[in-house]
Amino acid sequence: MFRNQYDTDVTTWSPTGRLFQVEYAMEAVKQGSAAIGLRSRSHVVLACVNKAQSELSSHQKKIFKVDDHIGVAIAGLTADGRVLSRYMRSEAINHSFTYESPLPVGRLVVHLADKAQVCTQRSWKRPYGVGLLVGGLDESGAHLYYNCPSGNYFEYQAFAIGSRSQAAKTYLERRFESFGDASREDLIKDAILAVRETLQGETLKSSLCTVSVLGVGEPFHFLDQETIQKVIDTFEKVAEDEEGEAGEGDAEAAAAPAEQGGGGAGDQDVAPMEM
Amino acid sequence: MTKQHANWSPYDNNGGTCVAIAGSDYCVIAADTRMSTGYSILTRDYSKIHKLADKAVLSSSGFQADVKALQKVLKSRHLVYQHQHNKQMSCPAMAQLLSNTLYFKRFFPYYAFNVLGGLDEQGKGCVFTYDAVGSYEKVGYSAQGSGSTLIMPFLDNQLKSPSPLLLPAQDAITPLSEPEAVDLVKTVFASATERDIYTGDKLEIMILKADGIRTEVMELRKD
Repeated sequence: MFRNQYDTDVTTWSPTGRLFQVEYAMEAVKQGSAAIGLRSRSHVVLACVNKAQSELSSHQKKIFKVDDHIGVAIAGLTADGRVLSRYMRSEAINHSFTYESPLPVGRLVVHLADKAQVCTQRSWKRPYGVGLLVGGLDESGAHLYYNCPSGNYFEYQAFAIGSRSQAAKTYLERRFESFGDASREDLIKDAILAVRETLQGETLKSSLCTVSVLGVGEPFHFLDQETIQKVIDTFEKVAEDEEGEAGEGDAEAAAAPAEQGGGGAGDQDVAPMEM
Repeated sequence: MTKQHANWSPYDNNGGTCVAIAGSDYCVIAADTRMSTGYSILTRDYSKIHKLADKAVLSSSGFQADVKALQKVLKSRHLVYQHQHNKQMSCPAMAQLLSNTLYFKRFFPYYAFNVLGGLDEQGKGCVFTYDAVGSYEKVGYSAQGSGSTLIMPFLDNQLKSPSPLLLPAQDAITPLSEPEAVDLVKTVFASATERDIYTGDKLEIMILKADGIRTEVMELRKD
């Protein structure tokens, strides 16, 4: 009832002790297209959906390399995400320069969170409208963190953010206990399956998703379309066999398994600027 | 009253010699491995050659602490470049960056005498030679460091680089084959070692080609 009176700027509390501007910023994250992260003991996989604004345009980059051992996937205002990625890269480079060693992931996310918090306590600023899934490897192992516009951050075994992420989260909740000891290939497969959940009926093609991997002895890099397509083919074919359909392992078979898997949360339309 | 002079200097010279020769599709960068101070030897096994990018290798003699600091700055700047452009820096680009970085400290210079070697965007060998404050030139070959005065005249004699003032412009590239260039470098260092006390111990040679980098090590006189 009183939301409209207390939501004009970020430095105004509501009577119930909330900062509405910060909460609105978190809404912006939910509007962005999905990003998913999962980790095992030795690897971290980040994947996202490539949603182009129109058929004429290209899709926006949502996964960024921060350093050989850290990558970040974003959802929400991609422009804010780009700026924060640049900040993260510079932090990693500066740490490397001073200490001749790679920046521990936990330190990086704290810097990020502190930077986000500043924007929640200045009247002339606005919170960053982007959620970040930071995946990285350091001496203490593989980590996946989620940084909110609020300045909070949490560590996860697996997480999904953005529109229709609930579907992916449901899938991940079912499977996360096996991730710790999973092989690199299984982890990638799970990531792509989670992406499929967010597509809800749309055929899964390698052009629709971007997948990145980092791990022990493996610096951050993107998987090429062929590799992704091969993984898709393995489970599309299996699903088709299970359904007992005749015919080749076509992407059209995705319709059947997607019906079983899709969580189907009634999400709002994706707002144009946040895709 | 005569002018007071400092009784402490921020600089030291760790000696050594660096050489680079550009070929049609290769580049040879070589340096000795002796590190000295005054008339003493600090170590016989210090590499003065460092890879900055896939196609750009820097060799520097002078004050190695400044050289190390310079390399760190260049390495960080290269990372930033890679993030922004999604590719490695080319040798000519690195050459300009090095020049700017050196001039940035015009009034408290890096005591580093640099030779940058690599392959340009067309795959031809290129060598850039510098002074301590960033003045640089693309050349076919160069020597820097304590043995440079012994080596350069001999390289001039052997490699006959055409003048950059000639019209029409002639290529600065040496028509030497790669084994000939490596052999010339070994000869040149063996000679310099005889008369320059700061050059010796071992010779490290890096040969840069389109398919990768090869390293050779040769023993030199240790006295």
